Amino acid sequence: MVRKSPWILHYDGSSCNGCDIEVLACLTPVFDVERFGIINTGNPKHADILLITGSINEQNLPVVKQLYDQMPTPRAVVAIGACAATGGVFKDCYNVYGGVATAIPVDVYVPGCAARPENIIAGVVKALDVLENRRVKKSKPKKELSTRKNAKAKTTGGEE
Amino acid sequence: MNSFTLVLIEVLLAVIAAPIVGGLLTGIDRKITARMQRRKGPPLLQPFYDVAKLLQKESSTVNMFTRFFTSFSLFFTVLAVVLLFIGQDLLLCIFSFTLAMIFFVIMGYSGYSPYSFIGAERELIQIMCYEPMILIMAFGFYESTGSFKISETLVQSTPVITKIPLIFLGFIFILTIKLRKSPFDLSMSHHAHQELVKGITTELTGICMAMVEVTHWFETVFSLALVYVFFIWANPYSHVIAVAACLIAYFLEILIDNIFARLKWEPVLRTSWIVTGAASLANFIILGLI
Ligand code: SF4
Repeated sequence: MVRKSPWILHYDGSSCNGCDIEVLACLTPVFDVERFGIINTGNPKHADILLITGSINEQNLPVVKQLYDQMPTPRAVVAIGACAATGGVFKDCYNVYGGVATAIPVDVYVPGCAARPENIIAGVVKALDVLENRRVKKSKPKKELSTRKNAKAKTTGGEE
Repeated sequence: MNSFTLVLIEVLLAVIAAPIVGGLLTGIDRKITARMQRRKGPPLLQPFYDVAKLLQKESSTVNMFTRFFTSFSLFFTVLAVVLLFIGQDLLLCIFSFTLAMIFFVIMGYSGYSPYSFIGAERELIQIMCYEPMILIMAFGFYESTGSFKISETLVQSTPVITKIPLIFLGFIFILTIKLRKSPFDLSMSHHAHQELVKGITTELTGICMAMVEVTHWFETVFSLALVYVFFIWANPYSHVIAVAACLIAYFLEILIDNIFARLKWEPVLRTSWIVTGAASLANFIILGLI
């Protein structure tokens, strides 16, 4: 059933706000994500899918981890834009660790700088398969509590 | 058919049909709201999908009381609907309904989130706003039918609305609060992304959130059923009129929801007490004169 009612949580990390605005554009009457049952909740406890734009830095690393930990399973993470994938233009900044995968496991990457609303919606739809598989498996994934020390270590996407 | 089977059918109707109707009404609400905003909107059955989804999610509660109070809130709301459907005492329905709301508030306080706390406080303010009117309505019923029994309305020669029209208007006013519609959706809103996150329900996950949704379906049916009893009398065709009245009232609520922005709690309290107070006072004076 999660297929028909994915509730999302949107978090914006170190970004130029470009992808951020595109995510919000999905909610406008032009794209109207609600027709897929998608609701943008501001609440991690109600969310099924975490949409992250922007890269991970020293300041937002604990925030992203906490948001992820507060989401009830099954859950999925969609990284949107070049920044969320690798750090993008902010990659070489002194305080930036890199993409979202340095903090939490990522399931779907949406390319683009900025990512287009159509692609974002496609990314969410792709994340639905991930959620469905997780629900069928019923295996409660172990929480990946990566410490700050190994935050820089590369982790490849996927919760399992 | 003896009276026992009749009551049994009515109870089953309340327990099984009421949530289905409530869920459908919520679906229609979301669809109409979307159309008013020039969007396509979710499928009609979306509220049912949401609840089914929530039941499949992990349920993590901050403490054991959360689930306990949510279940009690649901139970007493269902009880209120059942009592109303079998034509029982109106006061009993109202008390059961209020008790359910109090359990809901305690649930909000049992969470540790500040959002849930503020939500619970605002929910109490909302109860303060509409509770006097609901009790006045019960009194108005008594004045016009000579009994608190809802089944009594079915033997009247005229519908109750002809005697207490102003009280009905006051009731319609507080219906906006009860259905959690803007501008009076202080404690939690159906629309995502509010300043209070999800207000009183912020801490709820999985089955608890599903129960809150279902409770709201019952609440919707209960509120509209109260509109319904204003319009029925001995004539069997009156039921058609009553259903039409409920649908019009519901549509008006959706319209109001879409054209007003949320108010602060002071104006909500002020306007609801002034409107309901003036309406009911005027009505009782007229009743006294006739
Ligand atoms: S990917 Fe490009 S548009 Fe998106 S946040 Fe990064 S810099 Fe901005």
